[in-house]
Amino acid sequence: MEEENKEAVISEIHRRIAEAFNVFDNESSKSVDVREVGTIIRSLGCFPSEAELHEMIAEVEEEEPTGYIRFEKFLPAMTKVLMERKFRPIPKDVLIQAFEVLDQEKKGYLEAEELKKYMTQEGEPFSQDEVEEMLSAALDNKENVIFYKDLVSKMTFEDL
Amino acid sequence: MVMRAAVLIQMWYRKYVARMEMRRRCTWNIFQSIEYAGEQDQIKLYNFLGYLMDHFTPSSSERNLICHIFRENEVCRDAEWERYFCYKNIEIPEVYSGPHLTFPLTASQAAGLVESFKNKQQLHSRYVLQLLLETWKLLRILPNINRVSTCHSKEISICGDLHGQLEDLLLIFYKNGMPSMEKPYVFNGDFVDRGKDSIEILLILFAFLLVYPSDVHLNRGNHEDHIVNLRYGFTKEVLGKYRVHGKRILKLLQKIFSWLPLATVIDHKVLVLHGGISDATDLSLLAKVDRHRYVSALRPPKKKPGSEDQLSMDSDMEDDSWISRVSAGTRRRASLTYMKPFASRNDFQHRSLQDFSRHIIRPLREEPKDRRRQAEFTLSSQDLLQCSSTDPDSCQPGDVNHEEWKQIVDLLWSDPMSQDGCIPNEVRGGGCYWGPDVTEQVLSKNHLQLLIRSHECKQEGYEFCHSRKVRPPASLHICEGSHETPQEDRQSAMGGWRWLELAVLTIFSASNYYEVGSNRGAYITLGPDLIPHLIQYQASSMTRELTLTQRVGWTEHSALKVVREQLFAHRSDLTGAFQEFDKENTGMISLNDWARAVEAVLHLGIPWRVLRSQLVPNAPDGMMNYRSWFRELAIKEPDTEHIHQALLETVYRHRSTLETIFRIVDTDHSGLISLEDFHQTWKLLSAYLKMEISDEAISNLAISIDANRDGCIDINEFMEAFRLVDKSRLETGNLFQRSTATASRQTHLHMTSLHLTNLHVSCLQHSSHVTKRYVTKLSVKSLWLTSTLHLKVIFHSSPHVVLYSMTREESFATASFALMCQLEKEPD
Repeated sequence: MEEENKEAVISEIHRRIAEAFNVFDNESSKSVDVREVGTIIRSLGCFPSEAELHEMIAEVEEEEPTGYIRFEKFLPAMTKVLMERKFRPIPKDVLIQAFEVLDQEKKGYLEAEELKKYMTQEGEPFSQDEVEEMLSAALDNKENVIFYKDLVSKMTFEDL
Repeated sequence: MVMRAAVLIQMWYRKYVARMEMRRRCTWNIFQSIEYAGEQDQIKLYNFLGYLMDHFTPSSSERNLICHIFRENEVCRDAEWERYFCYKNIEIPEVYSGPHLTFPLTASQAAGLVESFKNKQQLHSRYVLQLLLETWKLLRILPNINRVSTCHSKEISICGDLHGQLEDLLLIFYKNGMPSMEKPYVFNGDFVDRGKDSIEILLILFAFLLVYPSDVHLNRGNHEDHIVNLRYGFTKEVLGKYRVHGKRILKLLQKIFSWLPLATVIDHKVLVLHGGISDATDLSLLAKVDRHRYVSALRPPKKKPGSEDQLSMDSDMEDDSWISRVSAGTRRRASLTYMKPFASRNDFQHRSLQDFSRHIIRPLREEPKDRRRQAEFTLSSQDLLQCSSTDPDSCQPGDVNHEEWKQIVDLLWSDPMSQDGCIPNEVRGGGCYWGPDVTEQVLSKNHLQLLIRSHECKQEGYEFCHSRKVRPPASLHICEGSHETPQEDRQSAMGGWRWLELAVLTIFSASNYYEVGSNRGAYITLGPDLIPHLIQYQASSMTRELTLTQRVGWTEHSALKVVREQLFAHRSDLTGAFQEFDKENTGMISLNDWARAVEAVLHLGIPWRVLRSQLVPNAPDGMMNYRSWFRELAIKEPDTEHIHQALLETVYRHRSTLETIFRIVDTDHSGLISLEDFHQTWKLLSAYLKMEISDEAISNLAISIDANRDGCIDINEFMEAFRLVDKSRLETGNLFQRSTATASRQTHLHMTSLHLTNLHVSCLQHSSHVTKRYVTKLSVKSLWLTSTLHLKVIFHSSPHVVLYSMTREESFATASFALMCQLEKEPD
């Protein structure tokens, strides 16, 4: 019985992975541009860091990188990730705590410049595009600050 | 500590962005699927009708219904045509306030025409016919391939698909200047269809062509084709705007389209054409064809005497050499209206014309042999006999050359692919997919360095592909749709090496093509250095301020609506599939089973699991109630109890095809068809779809529509009667009667559910921030309250869009103004 359930779970996982992969496989060639792999992995519910992502890509790339990742290689690697529940989602309260670490004065919000500085200088820095996009979504226009608790609520999805 | 926190936040945010990107991409694929499915369907429909034409006896009623659309190669003497298109008898009434034209046209008249159209005026049919006649005369002396040079340091501007979106053309002229001797332009096809100002765009382009014949170049696109226009709205637009002379205008346009040049070459180095190339593309052959014989690129050549089935793109596919070149597996995503994907060549064959023979009581014909290689076609006496009894005009010796025809179709319909090779373009139904090796082959053979084409919508308005060594990358200008100064140049986000090696550039100039915020438009300027400079824009300045969430959400809503309609239209089959998973008849199934069932029934290649949360919002514990789910899909059917369910679903599933057949049957373009023809239409449709539809069911349908019992059915009314409407839209629409400044956002204006067309807006009072404006009955493109309480209304009249904006500073609580809004008819 256990075996059957496991099989069912795995086949459902395979279908999910195949679907997500196919969204970016425009020509049904069973391969996607390597630059889209991060999006695919994340949309399947994983939260890898950039470093972890690069590791994973290195694993599924061809020996001589072609710029494309093939489904054959991607499927087993991704299945493993999902089965082992690697790169778990970040719980909301942990996320809020992280913001609170940056909000040293415990104001309850962050100034735009503050957040920008942290995001582009610390950790795994954002590019100019990424930080601008984040600010435009996050900024409360009236006060020009980011109420991070609201932001977290707004931008957290139900997991698949 | 700080670093860890930062990493966490970054991880989370990137995940959010990835999720958004996935949604955006799904939405995009859905829209593209719908678009290509329609094109493919149109070609299939046309081929089907052609098949019928050839296999029914001359006296058959079906033949009479449809034969007139095949009468393209009518050869009349010029004098007769001049008489038919004569405008001289058309009087201009005193009350006409639109532009007046005198010929020969001058530059200021052309500019004046642009200004008039900007002000929503319409050109009188007399002038339309006159202008078109002059255009026709000019086009006839142009070669198939325009040859242009950038001498005298002239920069050439190249525009892609416009698709009737006048706003975009006006924006381009605003940013780049209007065509002139110092500012030559190439317009790369698809001027018409889908957008609502196709005729205005044509008139502007033709006017400039007449004024500057050496500096304005038009390439034909696949939508410059009256058969395609039947489905995609141009025919409807012209007949709607020109009720009396529309038919003549359309006929003249048919000729003009066939005379449009096929391609443009700049400095012997840059090839500009609408669709693409194939491994057979031969520019010297194309330079010599009689291009005007191909009135519709869909028109297959005449068949061989006494032979089997018609030469067509389908019979092309059966060629062994094609089969061996293609690998098994779906080439692109399945079409949205065809239930089964193109799994393999065998499947495709099943859907060829041959299959239709089962529904027609005729002896089965033999399979055609190797058609691809056959060039000329000659009439036999048998054929002449057959032709002479009905359509003396449509059979001319040496009429249409198969090889030439294929070259032209390839030029207008093909798309690039990333793999090497050249295979038929099944998704669209015409042309091919060509790979980088073919690009290399064609470019080097003709000593060219760059291929510029259009035909495909791209999110950034342009896209490079196919590696090859070219010059250093272009600089990228990004300017928004306002009169502000452009931002600084900035390098594209693409990696360095790819820019250096790309030989094919797709340029698409219709912004917001699928939906507001869906994509930018772009145009190219090319100087003597032949480095393409790309300028992007978006016709709605509002979209620049939308966040990623809002942009994705808006477009997604539209795409999902279509998906929901398809789900609804297959209710019977879906319910059956669900029940397979629910043997105990509890009414509940798991979400996984839901996905499997939907996939099995619809075969749409849609990522159901990715979209699941939006399509099945209520599913506690991973189980959903499929019976109530259909109700929750929030699609409101029209009052159709007495009509057979299967028939209804057919209408919902094949609206576009049905409407196209109606328009074909409506020979005098009156918008009305007789009950008898209505019956015939349904019989045609049922043969095409291989469905059984009883006469009784059709009669019931007819009676329910012909309310006034005059024996005629209004096509528009019929299509309207069966429109599925988004329930959420209806409800919120009614509530939006009067909103005061103190209205909070939860009262009624939910961002994704509004889609009004006409709005009476009046601003009764003003604060210091707001200029008092009183406007009535402007055509609204979209309206919403954003999450930050901006009320933005986008009107069609202004290319710069935001007519009225209230910012948070004014705020609902303190500003004292009121909006009086009145709803008009729901849009298409």
